[in-house]
Amino acid sequence: MSNQRESGTVETTYREAIRAAIREAMLKDPRVFLMGEDVGRYGGCYAVSKGLYDEFGPERIRDTPLSESVFVGTGIGAALGGMRPIVEVMSVNFSLLCMDQIVNNAATIQHMSGGQFNIPLVIRMATGAGLQLAAQHSHSLEVLYAHIPGIRVVAPATLEDARGMLATALEDPDPVLIFEHAGLYNRPGQIAVDAGAVDIDRAVIRRKGEDVTLITYGGSLYKTLDAAAALAEQGIHAEVIDLRSLRPLDEATLLASVRRTQRAVVVDEGWRSGSLAAEVIARISEQAFYDLDAPLARVCSEEVPIPYAKHMEQAALPQTQTIINTVKMCFGDRND
Amino acid sequence: MTPMTPVSQAHALELLQGMVRIRRFEEKCAELYSAMKIRGFLHLYIGEEAIAVGVMQALRSEDSVAATYREHGHALARGLSMRSIMAEMYGKLEGCCRGRGGSMHLFDAATRFFGGSAIVAGGIPLSVGLALADKLQGRANVNACFFGEGAAAEGEFHESINLATLWKLPVLFLCENNRYAMGTALERSESETDIHLKAQSYGLKSEAVDGMDVIAVEQAAQRACDAIRNGEGPYFLEFTTYRFRPHSMFDPELYREKAEVHAWKEKDPITLFSQKLLVEGLIRDADIARIEANVQDEITVAVEYAEAGQWEAAEDLKRYVYSERGHHE
Repeated sequence: MSNQRESGTVETTYREAIRAAIREAMLKDPRVFLMGEDVGRYGGCYAVSKGLYDEFGPERIRDTPLSESVFVGTGIGAALGGMRPIVEVMSVNFSLLCMDQIVNNAATIQHMSGGQFNIPLVIRMATGAGLQLAAQHSHSLEVLYAHIPGIRVVAPATLEDARGMLATALEDPDPVLIFEHAGLYNRPGQIAVDAGAVDIDRAVIRRKGEDVTLITYGGSLYKTLDAAAALAEQGIHAEVIDLRSLRPLDEATLLASVRRTQRAVVVDEGWRSGSLAAEVIARISEQAFYDLDAPLARVCSEEVPIPYAKHMEQAALPQTQTIINTVKMCFGDRND
Repeated sequence: MTPMTPVSQAHALELLQGMVRIRRFEEKCAELYSAMKIRGFLHLYIGEEAIAVGVMQALRSEDSVAATYREHGHALARGLSMRSIMAEMYGKLEGCCRGRGGSMHLFDAATRFFGGSAIVAGGIPLSVGLALADKLQGRANVNACFFGEGAAAEGEFHESINLATLWKLPVLFLCENNRYAMGTALERSESETDIHLKAQSYGLKSEAVDGMDVIAVEQAAQRACDAIRNGEGPYFLEFTTYRFRPHSMFDPELYREKAEVHAWKEKDPITLFSQKLLVEGLIRDADIARIEANVQDEITVAVEYAEAGQWEAAEDLKRYVYSERGHHE
């Protein structure tokens, strides 16, 4: 992170912001270590941990065998044993191989033990499409984890959240899953020199507006902001909410906004059926139905495994234009 | 002629009482199950008591233990109070897990007893992680992990042994081979039925031990713990044993012959051990009677405690899903 400016910001990327967060946590707390496939010598599949192996050595930047279940389970055990592990799972698709450990152990042990044990574990994984990685590396399966009581699920979309969510997650006494959108790693921007921990509880309004609420998270945030900008030129002022925490959902922020705008569209890269968007819409329907002026709507991925070919992959994903069209439908516009 | 029992009278009595305690406790549990005081699944350890009792002799309070859903014996032998286990079976607030775990999920922070896992092989990685925490924090503890031979069919068994051996972690792998994974015989599910050889292929020390002989179990566990504390990495013990009772209270036992069950009952670890001690003159009939009476008293107290226990308030349902802020550091 060079090119320091007088404004007290530095140029960085989403990837570098996460790396800085890991590094800071390692320096601050000797109980913290990073473990996962190729996080060490290789530098991380998405190069997030590049350089950390040289700085901290193999004991604290631990390359694991390709054994998702045992290295996640080992993270759970190490957390029970007094450590503060950060476990990296290469992608959410691979996390299905360790879902047993996450769902049956990490999420249950506190409850099964009547509150005797807690598991201060952080699991980071990449999610999402856009890199032409096809159907076993591109899915947005975070909703599967957002379904599970006993864990917290967060999705940083901004540089500040990439930089700041990890420290707060490590302070949390319970398991926290951090979903990093693979399409964001290269995203550049300015960040405050003293950027640090941020809350992991609240949804945040990323753009103010009074006509419609657009609710999204992770990689879809920027498409949604682009859509909001385009809509503004057409006289529709959209408020954009970044969920940030997928479990628990910050209902208060969502409902306050929707009650004001009286319209909502949810943008979610997951598949429509059983999606996080479905949950958000259900909650708005349950609690703000009589405040609504239009049916709730959502923009999700097409229900196909994500294909390789670029044009096909893009056709499967939520796009800025689809968001614009969907919003206009909320105002009775049948899209020309 | 088998060698003389190489332990003191006091220790022999301790081992015998440990096994009788588990046997009688579980017989009572079966009775209470029929009386509908205990519900859910109930997996009895009867026939396998020598393993939990023998292994625990080699463990210290700072060591950790993880076990399976057939873990009443391990919990008792580890030092959880019988009354807190019984109250847990009843689903009472006074249970070791406030009634939230039940028979299959006994946990106890005070004795470092980490369950009670009902996913076959799912508890093994926890011991690997506890061992990693010990290693990273410079503690020479042993992390004991019990599982059945059915676990050898699961990936987590192999992943765990590989990782623990690769990283030289202080894990004591304890395979209780009772020959049936629920109702599936070992030879019907494994191409190589010698579990200790499978483990050995990962490059750690591995032994097969007579799991019906409490002294053999204790000695093997001591050997293994010495090696682990000495920094030699993980150790694998496979105990041959047999489950005298059905898999759970719902099992009609269609998959095994009565003659086979009978033949194994001839090797009852409690009968064999007590007869040997009697023949050697190390104990007398009166000692056995006293043990039985002590255990009976303890069970009576445990049942009374569970009966008198309270139901946790339903308003507390949502507690212990997440930590209560301020409760933990």
